[in-house]
Amino acid sequence: MHVLVVEDDRETAQFLQKALKESGHAADLAEDGETGQSMAEQGVYDVLIVDRMLPRLDGLSMIRELRSRGVRTPVLILSALGEVDDRVKGLRAGGDDYLTKPYAYSELLARVEALTRRAVPEEQETRYVVDGLVLDRLSHRVTRDGEAIQLQPREYRLLEYLMKHAGQVVTRTMLLEHVWDYHFDPQTNVIDVHVSRLRAKIDKNFDKPLLHTVRGAGYTIRDGSA
Amino acid sequence: MALPERLQRTISTTSFRVAAITVAAYLAFAGLVVGFLLWQTNRVMTSQVLATLDGEAQQLRAEEQAGGTQALVRAVETRSSSGGPGLYFLGDARGTKLAGNLSRLPPEVAGSPTGGVFRYSPDIASAREHLAVAIPVKVGGGLMLIVGRDVEDQRRFASEMGTVYFLALGFLTLGGLVAGIAIGRVALRRIETINVAARSIMDGDLSRRIAVTGSGDEYDALALNLNAMLDRIEALMNGLREVSDNIAHDLKTPLTRLRNAAEAALRETGEDAYRVGLEHTIEKADELIKTFNSLLLVARLEAGALEGNAERFDIGRAVRDVAELYEPVAEERNMQLHVNVGSVPEFTGNRQLIVQAVVNLIENAIKYSGKRQQTDDALISIDLKDRADAVDIIVGDNGPGIAEEDRERVLKRFVRLEKSRTEPGTGLGLSLVQAVARLHGGSVRLEDNAPGLRVVLTLPRRPSEG
Repeated sequence: MHVLVVEDDRETAQFLQKALKESGHAADLAEDGETGQSMAEQGVYDVLIVDRMLPRLDGLSMIRELRSRGVRTPVLILSALGEVDDRVKGLRAGGDDYLTKPYAYSELLARVEALTRRAVPEEQETRYVVDGLVLDRLSHRVTRDGEAIQLQPREYRLLEYLMKHAGQVVTRTMLLEHVWDYHFDPQTNVIDVHVSRLRAKIDKNFDKPLLHTVRGAGYTIRDGSA
Repeated sequence: MALPERLQRTISTTSFRVAAITVAAYLAFAGLVVGFLLWQTNRVMTSQVLATLDGEAQQLRAEEQAGGTQALVRAVETRSSSGGPGLYFLGDARGTKLAGNLSRLPPEVAGSPTGGVFRYSPDIASAREHLAVAIPVKVGGGLMLIVGRDVEDQRRFASEMGTVYFLALGFLTLGGLVAGIAIGRVALRRIETINVAARSIMDGDLSRRIAVTGSGDEYDALALNLNAMLDRIEALMNGLREVSDNIAHDLKTPLTRLRNAAEAALRETGEDAYRVGLEHTIEKADELIKTFNSLLLVARLEAGALEGNAERFDIGRAVRDVAELYEPVAEERNMQLHVNVGSVPEFTGNRQLIVQAVVNLIENAIKYSGKRQQTDDALISIDLKDRADAVDIIVGDNGPGIAEEDRERVLKRFVRLEKSRTEPGTGLGLSLVQAVARLHGGSVRLEDNAPGLRVVLTLPRRPSEG
């Protein structure tokens, strides 16, 4: 995956470049909005990571400009401003996701990977399949190895989001945002409790676990125990 | 001497100026009314006199027609000697007096066909002249008849009235000005007490307040408002001081732990130990980030306004959703969650922030219910009261509760009661709830749940925005 990081703080930018490289992604850097915009317009990037405060052209204007020129590359906005209205402003300018500084790199990586996946027109998929686990988005039925699994509506949406990003790490915050539409940091292990309930339903009576906890990051659904 | 300066300051006050302008306007109007009254009185009196004179002239002409010149002379003589206010002069063509009580023909009347005003001396001995009105009467035989009336009484009455009016105006002016000065002085004194208090506050005495007289007037209202403002400023200043003290504690502690974890990992050998140490370090750093984020949010809420971020939503449903999110958490800890929340579809507010406030209350309740007397079942209740002008969200637990004297304090930033200092948490949960309440113009109340704590978050309804 090819990532463009538009960030004026060199240390942060280089940390991101190095970390993304270690995660198996190529990353280019741009230090201001204008450079970022002209690089992004080449269309070679899978995802853009854009800081809101940039010299010469601020992040939101840059994104707006890119969108008006038909550049559809997914954008993750990084910002030191974290209030709900800032988030809304960012998404309205054409950003696809929003992350507040300071952030955990695992959170950023999970979100970047989720974004690149979203670019593929897989949204219209009617069935998600991971090994023997099948989620039918039309009938809202979930089966594993042909056996029906009864889920509460919220559990269904939780599983749907995890399976949509099968093979990728999904953080607790991402789950809270996309399954519950909440934007806050819970102090208790509320997401873990919901995930373990879901796990009890989809994994308990089967030999091979599919829903895995990724330490320090979140959860992932994937085929295989590694 | 201080008086001229004080007087000058009084004159330059707004109340004095207002009084002066009012008095001037009143006087101008009163002058107009008085002038009109004088003019009107004069007119009525004059026309009365003229009517009398006309009547008399007709009577005299009738005498002349009946009895000729002789009768006329007799009639004039009779009337002249009656001692009334009537004045007469009958003369021949050359002006020689034939009868009457006027010594001479008044030239102002003789030359005018309609009569006129003149002065005469009724008494030879005295030099005082009286004012009189007279008209010429047409008689036969080449004679000249003047019929008049002494109007000295009326004149004197009018002039006395004028004096009285003038004096009254003078007194009114004086009274108005004195009242204006007095009002100005009082205002000045009240303002001066506010100034004195303000100066001493600027000099650093933040606890100083402006005296309130208790009269309930505008100055009291101003003083009360200023005092309320000063209370808020003082509370903010104290809050800031407390925050910096607590930041020192609450941020230094995890920072120290983070540093210790990193050092401990360094001392270990082996990749696994490094990994565990680093993961531990990141965990500590995440805690710090959470604290920072909460702190920033509270600070921004306290500074910000709700405008633009408010939406209309079903607050009852939002509370139920949060309760549903936490139900498994409570269940996992063997706690009962009683939710008694109906729908309130037409509430306007910031949904995300209200949800976060409710989350904080529920998380607190879960945390502290775990510390109850072991004999009871842990019980958490979430209620919503839909009132006409506000919505109360009530979260209760049966944990240890909070002593009454501590309730006010725990709403402040970073304040964590000694007992809970060792617990995880930022110490910002309730401050955030309060900041959210304030942003919506509402309030947070901590009450005794007997046993346990009950938190009432009151959010007023805002007038619907269409």
